[in-house]
Amino acid sequence: MEKPFSVFDIAGRAMSAQLVRLNTTASNLANAGSVSGSKEDAFRALKPVFRTVTNSEGVATVAVDRVVEAGKDPEMRHAPDHPLADENGNVWAAGVDTAAELVEMVETARQYQNNVQVLQTAKTLTLDTLRLGQ
Amino acid sequence: MADGNGIFGIHGAALALRSQRLEMLASNIANAATPNYKARDIDFGKALELATNGRTAKDAVDAAIAYRVPVTPSLDGNTVELSTEQTLFAENAVQYRTTLSFLEGRINTLKRALKGE
Repeated sequence: MEKPFSVFDIAGRAMSAQLVRLNTTASNLANAGSVSGSKEDAFRALKPVFRTVTNSEGVATVAVDRVVEAGKDPEMRHAPDHPLADENGNVWAAGVDTAAELVEMVETARQYQNNVQVLQTAKTLTLDTLRLGQ
Repeated sequence: MADGNGIFGIHGAALALRSQRLEMLASNIANAATPNYKARDIDFGKALELATNGRTAKDAVDAAIAYRVPVTPSLDGNTVELSTEQTLFAENAVQYRTTLSFLEGRINTLKRALKGE
Protein backbone atom coordinates (compact mmCIF):
# COMPACT_ATOMS: atom_id res chain seq x y z
CA MET A 1 0.00 0.00 0.00
CA GLU A 2 1.42 3.32 -1.07
CA LYS A 3 1.23 6.38 1.11
CA PRO A 4 -1.94 8.40 0.58
CA PHE A 5 -1.87 10.83 -2.33
CA SER A 6 -1.97 14.53 -1.63
CA VAL A 7 -3.34 17.05 -4.10
CA PHE A 8 0.29 17.81 -4.95
CA ASP A 9 0.95 14.20 -5.94
CA ILE A 10 -2.23 14.05 -7.99
CA ALA A 11 -1.72 17.27 -9.94
CA GLY A 12 2.07 16.86 -10.16
CA ARG A 13 1.88 13.42 -11.74
CA ALA A 14 -0.89 14.55 -14.06
CA MET A 15 1.36 17.39 -15.21
CA SER A 16 4.20 15.00 -16.06
CA ALA A 17 1.77 12.79 -17.98
CA GLN A 18 0.52 15.78 -19.95
CA LEU A 19 4.14 16.75 -20.62
CA VAL A 20 4.80 13.32 -22.16
CA ARG A 21 1.74 13.89 -24.32
CA LEU A 22 3.06 17.31 -25.36
CA ASN A 23 6.43 15.73 -26.22
CA THR A 24 4.82 13.11 -28.46
CA THR A 25 2.83 15.84 -30.20
CA ALA A 26 6.03 17.80 -30.75
CA SER A 27 7.76 14.72 -32.19
CA ASN A 28 4.82 14.06 -34.47
CA LEU A 29 4.74 17.63 -35.77
CA ALA A 30 8.53 17.68 -36.20
CA ASN A 31 8.37 14.53 -38.31
CA ALA A 32 5.25 15.54 -40.24
CA GLY A 33 7.15 16.37 -43.42
CA SER A 34 9.63 13.50 -43.39
CA VAL A 35 9.64 10.86 -46.14
CA SER A 36 11.02 7.35 -46.21
CA GLY A 37 11.99 4.73 -48.81
CA SER A 38 9.60 2.04 -47.54
CA LYS A 39 6.25 1.86 -45.81
CA GLU A 40 7.72 0.07 -42.78
CA ASP A 41 10.40 2.68 -42.17
CA ALA A 42 8.07 5.64 -42.52
CA PHE A 43 7.27 7.62 -39.40
CA ARG A 44 3.93 7.00 -37.74
CA ALA A 45 2.33 9.31 -35.18
CA LEU A 46 3.12 8.49 -31.54
CA LYS A 47 0.37 8.50 -28.95
CA PRO A 48 0.67 8.07 -25.17
CA VAL A 49 -1.78 5.72 -23.44
CA PHE A 50 -2.96 7.13 -20.13
CA ARG A 51 -3.78 4.90 -17.19
CA THR A 52 -5.49 5.76 -13.90
CA VAL A 53 -3.42 5.14 -10.77
CA THR A 54 -5.91 4.68 -7.95
CA ASN A 55 -4.77 5.29 -4.40
CA SER A 56 -7.91 4.99 -2.33
CA GLU A 57 -11.53 5.16 -3.43
CA GLY A 58 -12.11 8.33 -5.45
CA VAL A 59 -8.51 9.50 -5.14
CA ALA A 60 -6.55 8.78 -8.28
CA THR A 61 -3.86 10.27 -10.44
CA VAL A 62 -2.71 9.44 -13.94
CA ALA A 63 0.38 7.82 -15.44
CA VAL A 64 1.57 7.12 -18.96
CA ASP A 65 1.15 3.38 -19.44
CA ARG A 66 3.05 3.23 -22.74
CA VAL A 67 3.59 5.17 -25.93
CA VAL A 68 2.17 3.49 -29.02
CA GLU A 69 2.40 4.11 -32.75
CA ALA A 70 -1.07 5.05 -33.84
CA GLY A 71 -2.77 7.27 -36.33
CA LYS A 72 -3.07 6.98 -40.06
CA ASP A 73 -0.88 4.89 -42.38
CA PRO A 74 2.05 6.53 -44.19
CA GLU A 75 1.04 7.97 -47.52
CA MET A 76 2.62 6.66 -50.71
CA ARG A 77 3.78 9.30 -53.12
CA HIS A 78 5.20 8.79 -56.60
CA ALA A 79 8.46 10.77 -56.79
CA PRO A 80 11.05 9.05 -59.02
CA ASP A 81 13.51 11.95 -58.64
CA HIS A 82 13.63 11.61 -54.87
CA PRO A 83 16.94 10.15 -53.60
CA LEU A 84 15.06 7.86 -51.21
CA ALA A 85 12.66 6.49 -53.84
CA ASP A 86 12.42 2.68 -54.20
CA GLU A 87 12.68 0.75 -57.49
CA ASN A 88 9.12 1.75 -58.45
CA GLY A 89 9.88 5.42 -57.80
CA ASN A 90 7.73 5.64 -54.68
CA VAL A 91 8.38 7.32 -51.33
CA TRP A 92 6.26 7.22 -48.16
CA ALA A 93 5.38 10.37 -46.33
CA ALA A 94 5.04 10.27 -42.51
CA GLY A 95 1.59 9.22 -41.27
CA VAL A 96 0.89 12.37 -39.31
CA ASP A 97 -2.38 14.29 -39.33
CA THR A 98 -1.08 17.79 -38.60
CA ALA A 99 -4.51 19.29 -37.94
CA ALA A 100 -5.29 16.59 -35.38
CA GLU A 101 -1.87 17.07 -33.77
CA LEU A 102 -2.44 20.81 -33.41
CA VAL A 103 -5.81 20.19 -31.77
CA GLU A 104 -4.13 17.66 -29.46
CA MET A 105 -1.47 20.25 -28.59
CA VAL A 106 -4.03 22.88 -27.59
CA GLU A 107 -5.98 20.35 -25.52
CA THR A 108 -2.82 19.19 -23.76
CA ALA A 109 -1.83 22.75 -22.93
CA ARG A 110 -5.32 23.42 -21.52
CA GLN A 111 -5.28 20.37 -19.32
CA TYR A 112 -1.75 21.13 -18.14
CA GLN A 113 -2.89 24.62 -17.17
CA ASN A 114 -5.84 23.15 -15.29
CA ASN A 115 -3.51 21.05 -13.20
CA VAL A 116 -1.29 24.04 -12.47
CA GLN A 117 -4.41 25.88 -11.29
CA VAL A 118 -5.34 22.97 -9.02
CA LEU A 119 -1.84 23.03 -7.56
CA GLN A 120 -1.97 26.75 -6.95
CA THR A 121 -5.35 26.58 -5.23
CA ALA A 122 -4.24 23.66 -3.05
CA LYS A 123 -1.08 25.54 -2.12
CA THR A 124 -2.87 28.72 -1.01
CA LEU A 125 -5.46 26.73 0.94
CA THR A 126 -2.75 24.72 2.72
CA LEU A 127 -0.84 27.88 3.60
CA ASP A 128 -4.03 29.53 4.87
CA THR A 129 -4.70 26.48 7.04
CA LEU A 130 -1.17 26.67 8.45
CA ARG A 131 -1.72 30.28 9.44
CA LEU A 132 -4.92 29.38 11.31
CA GLY A 133 -5.02 30.89 14.79
CA GLN A 134 -1.97 33.09 14.36
CA MET B 1 -13.38 16.96 16.64
CA ALA B 2 -15.06 14.89 13.96
CA ASP B 3 -18.19 14.42 16.06
CA GLY B 4 -18.99 18.12 15.87
CA ASN B 5 -19.24 18.59 19.63
CA GLY B 6 -15.77 20.00 20.25
CA ILE B 7 -14.68 23.60 20.37
CA PHE B 8 -14.99 23.91 16.63
CA GLY B 9 -18.48 22.46 16.32
CA ILE B 10 -19.46 21.35 12.85
CA HIS B 11 -16.60 23.24 11.19
CA GLY B 12 -13.86 20.82 12.19
CA ALA B 13 -15.62 17.96 10.43
CA ALA B 14 -16.52 20.20 7.50
CA LEU B 15 -12.89 21.19 6.95
CA ALA B 16 -11.75 17.55 6.86
CA LEU B 17 -14.49 16.70 4.36
CA ARG B 18 -13.75 19.75 2.19
CA SER B 19 -10.12 18.71 2.02
CA GLN B 20 -11.07 15.16 0.97
CA ARG B 21 -13.42 16.53 -1.66
CA LEU B 22 -10.62 18.78 -2.93
CA GLU B 23 -8.50 15.68 -3.52
CA MET B 24 -11.32 13.90 -5.27
CA LEU B 25 -12.00 16.79 -7.64
CA ALA B 26 -8.25 17.12 -8.29
CA SER B 27 -8.27 13.43 -9.26
CA ASN B 28 -11.05 14.07 -11.74
CA ILE B 29 -9.17 16.98 -13.32
CA ALA B 30 -5.95 14.92 -13.42
CA ASN B 31 -7.75 12.15 -15.29
CA ALA B 32 -9.47 14.40 -17.83
CA ALA B 33 -7.79 12.53 -20.70
CA THR B 34 -7.72 8.96 -19.37
CA PRO B 35 -9.92 6.55 -21.34
CA ASN B 36 -12.65 4.82 -19.30
CA TYR B 37 -12.06 6.97 -16.23
CA LYS B 38 -15.29 7.62 -14.33
CA ALA B 39 -15.47 10.91 -12.45
CA ARG B 40 -16.45 10.69 -8.79
CA ASP B 41 -17.62 13.12 -6.17
CA ILE B 42 -19.08 13.07 -2.69
CA ASP B 43 -22.56 14.05 -1.59
CA PHE B 44 -21.34 16.71 0.80
CA GLY B 45 -24.54 17.09 2.80
CA LYS B 46 -24.76 13.36 3.43
CA ALA B 47 -21.07 13.11 4.36
CA LEU B 48 -21.33 16.02 6.78
CA GLU B 49 -24.38 14.51 8.44
CA LEU B 50 -22.55 11.20 8.92
CA ALA B 51 -19.42 12.95 10.18
CA THR B 52 -21.34 14.97 12.75
CA ASN B 53 -23.03 11.78 13.97
CA GLY B 54 -19.79 10.27 15.16
CA ARG B 55 -18.33 8.72 12.01
CA THR B 56 -14.74 9.50 11.05
CA ALA B 57 -14.18 11.78 8.05
CA LYS B 58 -12.88 8.86 5.98
CA ASP B 59 -15.88 6.62 6.77
CA ALA B 60 -18.27 9.44 6.00
CA VAL B 61 -16.61 10.10 2.63
CA ASP B 62 -16.63 6.41 1.72
CA ALA B 63 -20.36 6.21 2.45
CA ALA B 64 -21.22 9.35 0.47
CA ILE B 65 -19.13 8.72 -2.65
CA ALA B 66 -20.90 8.55 -6.02
CA TYR B 67 -20.19 8.58 -9.73
CA ARG B 68 -20.88 11.73 -11.68
CA VAL B 69 -23.59 11.55 -14.36
CA PRO B 70 -22.11 13.21 -17.45
CA VAL B 71 -24.09 15.73 -19.52
CA THR B 72 -22.61 14.41 -22.76
CA PRO B 73 -20.66 11.14 -22.39
CA SER B 74 -17.55 10.91 -24.55
CA LEU B 75 -16.70 7.99 -26.86
CA ASP B 76 -13.65 6.79 -24.91
CA GLY B 77 -15.74 6.12 -21.80
CA ASN B 78 -14.35 9.08 -19.86
CA THR B 79 -16.97 10.97 -17.87
CA VAL B 80 -14.88 13.99 -16.85
CA GLU B 81 -16.30 17.29 -18.05
CA LEU B 82 -13.74 19.96 -17.36
CA SER B 83 -16.27 22.79 -17.08
CA THR B 84 -18.21 20.91 -14.39
CA GLU B 85 -15.12 19.81 -12.48
CA GLN B 86 -13.52 23.24 -12.58
CA THR B 87 -16.65 24.96 -11.33
CA LEU B 88 -17.04 22.49 -8.47
CA PHE B 89 -13.34 22.70 -7.65
CA ALA B 90 -13.50 26.49 -7.40
CA GLU B 91 -16.71 26.29 -5.37
CA ASN B 92 -15.16 23.77 -3.01
CA ALA B 93 -12.05 25.92 -2.59
CA VAL B 94 -14.17 28.94 -1.65
CA GLN B 95 -16.17 26.84 0.79
CA TYR B 96 -12.94 25.50 2.31
CA ARG B 97 -11.82 29.06 2.87
CA THR B 98 -15.21 29.95 4.35
CA THR B 99 -14.87 27.10 6.83
CA LEU B 100 -11.37 28.37 7.64
CA SER B 101 -12.71 31.81 8.50
CA PHE B 102 -15.41 30.28 10.70
CA LEU B 103 -12.65 28.42 12.55
CA GLU B 104 -10.59 31.58 12.72
CA GLY B 105 -13.58 33.34 14.32
CA ARG B 106 -13.94 30.62 16.94
CA ILE B 107 -10.24 30.77 17.76
CA ASN B 108 -10.32 34.54 18.10
CA THR B 109 -13.38 34.38 20.36
CA LEU B 110 -11.67 31.87 22.60
CA LYS B 111 -8.45 33.85 22.69
CA ARG B 112 -10.31 36.97 23.67
CA ALA B 113 -12.17 35.11 26.41
CA LEU B 114 -8.90 33.69 27.75
CA LYS B 115 -7.21 37.07 27.77
CA GLY B 116 -10.23 38.61 29.47
CA GLU B 117 -10.34 41.60 27.16
